[in-house]
Amino acid sequence: MSIDEIPLLQAAGVTKAFGPVTGCFNVDLDLFPGEVLGIVGESGSGKSTLLRCLSGEHELQGGQVTYTLRTGERADVHAMSAPERRMLMRTDWAFVHQNPRDGLRMGVSAGGNVGERLMAVGNRHYGNIRGTAIDWLEKVEMSATRIDDMPETFSGGMQQRLQIARNLVTRPRLAFMDEPTGGLDVSVQARLLDLLRGLVSELGLACVIVTHDLAVARHLSHRLMVMKGGEVVETGLTDQVLDDPQHAYSQLLVSSILRA
Amino acid sequence: MMKTTEQAYNFAYLDEQTKRMIRRAILKAVAIPGYQVPFASREMPMPYGWGTGGVQVTAAVLGRRDILKVIDQGSDDTTNAVSIRQFFEKTAAVQTTDRTKDATLIQTRHRIPETPMKAGQIIVYQVPIPEPLRFLEPRETETRRMHAQEDYGLMHVKLYEDISRHGHIATTYAYPVRVNGRYVTDPSPTPKFDNPKMNNCPALQLFGAGREKRIYAIPPYTEVVSLDFEDHPFAIQQWDQDCALCGAGDTFLDEIITDDRGGRMFVCSDSDYCRERRDAGHEGDQAGANSGEAA
Repeated sequence: MSIDEIPLLQAAGVTKAFGPVTGCFNVDLDLFPGEVLGIVGESGSGKSTLLRCLSGEHELQGGQVTYTLRTGERADVHAMSAPERRMLMRTDWAFVHQNPRDGLRMGVSAGGNVGERLMAVGNRHYGNIRGTAIDWLEKVEMSATRIDDMPETFSGGMQQRLQIARNLVTRPRLAFMDEPTGGLDVSVQARLLDLLRGLVSELGLACVIVTHDLAVARHLSHRLMVMKGGEVVETGLTDQVLDDPQHAYSQLLVSSILRA
Repeated sequence: MMKTTEQAYNFAYLDEQTKRMIRRAILKAVAIPGYQVPFASREMPMPYGWGTGGVQVTAAVLGRRDILKVIDQGSDDTTNAVSIRQFFEKTAAVQTTDRTKDATLIQTRHRIPETPMKAGQIIVYQVPIPEPLRFLEPRETETRRMHAQEDYGLMHVKLYEDISRHGHIATTYAYPVRVNGRYVTDPSPTPKFDNPKMNNCPALQLFGAGREKRIYAIPPYTEVVSLDFEDHPFAIQQWDQDCALCGAGDTFLDEIITDDRGGRMFVCSDSDYCRERRDAGHEGDQAGANSGEAA
């Protein structure tokens, strides 16, 4: 098996309940390097819970999540020690939150935000850190002159782009994104989507994107998973699921979109 | 001559059970250099911020034959130093001194004496905020996890912010250090001028934070490194002039306003060191002008 045939992230029978409430139930998925997987479904369908299970933030009641490290070794995400998982979060993984305030340090300048991961992995040269931060601000279409400004002074779209820069600066291989374009107006959303698509293909980044917005899913993802009540009801290639939905709920979801 | 203690108090104010509890915390702190050990801090007959943590540590390690020196901002005769010295004179009847080299136990707020510390001495620091990551990460659960996992990137983010804002690392006191290659520790609130004195110090260094209920320690001859960047290395403060009283050029200087027409002088903040130098015949620019009372 070549490296491309080994899934980067593999989940088998992932189950998580909060007391009597099901978060997600018996979810299987394979994510290959460079692949973008969309998870769609209504609010409360378990999308974000699944994301947190995959990233090891939630303990599981059942199932297993396996990640292929850079060394080629395959590691059980939930059996890893906390420092190992934290190291992954700092280097190989990215986590983009819906609300940039959850993912940014609001009391730290844009440059400090982008540089934090570099310093966390041991970079100790101020000039280099700053240079890399400027590069990344430009990559996400922000002016380098804003490098010393606080995130507070940025618009919502800029904050979201800053969050993306901060996450991608260590060139991770896997990104978890929770509604990355939620809360942005439509034109800003479109630009952000273009930017994300560019970065994903440039870096060969594999993504798990949670969204309730089918347009975002269609634009970004290669494959889709439709969730309802914590269970996966349909999976397939994006256009296949959106153009020819098989499950009753997928059909409902697709038909609920207003056509302009 | 032994003086007598006021009978209402146990020796050094605290009861023996409390001292044992504090000593256990100190032993653990010495065993894990730089690690903040929680302890059941007691109410002391002085307000928080006046050194309640330092006083408890001192009370726990003080013996009848100890000679105590108390420093506040480098000086032996400022309010905080006087009140704590009197406290132990009254409750423990120990001998006190203002000479660094005679003291066996030194409690300090802000300064490490200019006279090098010796093996066998103990220096106790009064610490207001023991957590170096506190202003970067307000959650205690999170800072503990960061210490446990040696996740100290954030500390450098603070220094990065300093340089981006001021062009140099502008933190001048409570400058973060890494102890024994492991724990990032706050030497608060000493000026960074004193950081190099902590490295490989022959004396035992104990830190007590009363309000925050934490004790930590740097055992003798332990490596203490001030954090910095390769292209912005750590540097201590420097002054354009020497001490106006004793002429010392390598000490931490305090600025003293002498009149309302812009008159000022710079003198050693360590009053004991300054007096010793003057006794030995060293003279600064204004040595005659103020006959040693300025400090």
